[in-house]
Amino acid sequence: MSPPASDIVRFDQLAYRYPGGQDVLSGVSFSIAQGEMVYVTGPSGAGKSTLLRLIAALCRPTRGQLVVMGQNLSALKNRHIPAYRQHIGLVFQNFNLLYDRTVFDNVALPLVIRGYAYADIGRRTRAALDAVGLLNREKSLPLTLSGGEQQRVGIARAIVTKPALILADEPTGNLDPEMALEVMRGFQRFNEAGVTVMIATHAIDLIEALPHRIIHLEHGQITDKRPTAASQLGDRHGAR
Amino acid sequence: MALVEAGLERPGWLARLAQEHARVFFFSLGKLARAPLAAALTALVIGIALALPAGLYVLTRNLASVGYSWQESLQISLFLKDSVAEERGAALARELRAEIGVSKTNYISRAQSLADFKAQSGFGDALAILQDNPLPAVIAVTPNRKLGKAGVEELAARLGRLPEVDLAKLDQKWLERLYALLDIAQRSVGIVAILLGVAVMVIIGNTIRLDIEARREEVEVMKLIGAPDSFIRRPFLYAGFWHGLLGGLLAWILVAAGVQALGAPAEQLAQAYGSQFRLAGLPWTDGLALLGAGVVLGWAGAFVTVGRRLALIEPR
Repeated sequence: MSPPASDIVRFDQLAYRYPGGQDVLSGVSFSIAQGEMVYVTGPSGAGKSTLLRLIAALCRPTRGQLVVMGQNLSALKNRHIPAYRQHIGLVFQNFNLLYDRTVFDNVALPLVIRGYAYADIGRRTRAALDAVGLLNREKSLPLTLSGGEQQRVGIARAIVTKPALILADEPTGNLDPEMALEVMRGFQRFNEAGVTVMIATHAIDLIEALPHRIIHLEHGQITDKRPTAASQLGDRHGAR
Repeated sequence: MALVEAGLERPGWLARLAQEHARVFFFSLGKLARAPLAAALTALVIGIALALPAGLYVLTRNLASVGYSWQESLQISLFLKDSVAEERGAALARELRAEIGVSKTNYISRAQSLADFKAQSGFGDALAILQDNPLPAVIAVTPNRKLGKAGVEELAARLGRLPEVDLAKLDQKWLERLYALLDIAQRSVGIVAILLGVAVMVIIGNTIRLDIEARREEVEVMKLIGAPDSFIRRPFLYAGFWHGLLGGLLAWILVAAGVQALGAPAEQLAQAYGSQFRLAGLPWTDGLALLGAGVVLGWAGAFVTVGRRLALIEPR
């Protein structure tokens, strides 16, 4: 069976083992269609981050196949990784901003790396900042912003190149619930504009508020179980 | 590879490269300007390291020019036998002017030698004790300038065989010793330059290494968002360039200041020897070479370090 051409990410019996020898993922198979929005859930240590890191070519599969945007990552040469990574927008829990540069410079960086003309960089960067509602803060330094605003800067940096795929690893982990919902709504808006979005998250209430397909990992494998909310855990505990 | 990224044309590679280098040029200069004390200290260390061989070089150049100027005033002294009459000696001096390789002769009679010696040596009273004049008559022969060292030696030997001549003396042993010393000095300049050049590379490499460590997170973020190694490396290479350029400039200033400071005493010394010698500074072409050496060493030191260091930083 050949996968549909519209698959943007395809895992095939993929296994990943830490150099130390501990299995993180084993026999993971799934695919994500172009334009989908997917949550990756599961307890801490289940392999959510590793899944996203594999797609971003931050680590290499131990066994199995991983094809992203038609590129088999096992065949990707080290020196081609930067060019490959430029096609993906990455959003992190700890924002990973450059704190000695302005918001504008942070967001513009991926465009500077690609070598666009300055006039175009200015236009695109302001468009991205506008999309996350931070156009008036372009001259600020990141540390003068709130956590939610910093994460929006991170998101603007991820979308400024208009990537086909956005990977977000616990993007709301450091945010209060209101800001978290705002950030998730932002991802949904980009998804509606046609971008494929994968979000690794613990935030069950957000998933329930904005439902999309869920890939649930436990002990390095995909299961049919569904993430449990903290409230339910409390109930079960109380029932005993 | 499927790409949604659309709507923008990238400029040609040459325009991209020019824009990127111009950006990093000013960006790295701005980094230095924001930490002027650290930049100044680095420049000082590099400047001193470069100034040492450059200063030695200036010194040997000056010694060599002293040697050349003395070689031009090189004379062959023909000590005449006491039996040669004064008229014959003077005639011989005139005859020798026609010889090939001789540009000038000067006859100094025994009486004149004695008078000169009395006037200049301060031993006049001691000589008065002697009954006879112990000094021989001398013909001072100035060889033609175009005559090489071997030519002058040959001329001296030839003139020494004249029947009237007791001894032909070409006092250039000390000149040979000076040249031997100069040769050693010039080689030492080369060795010192190589050693200190390596030192400059190590200094700059270490500065860049600390810089990379301080900006480790920045490098990680850059790698995460797909910056190629060349992009990450470039600001560090330019930092090496600036360190080297500033160090070279400082070395030039140090050498010029040193020449300035030694100029007056050197002139006094030269005057004491009746010489017109003046201490020469670093010619501007050599000064530019010094700047170039700083730039090349800075760039190379940064290149060696950055390549190794960046490979060690992988995003978590």
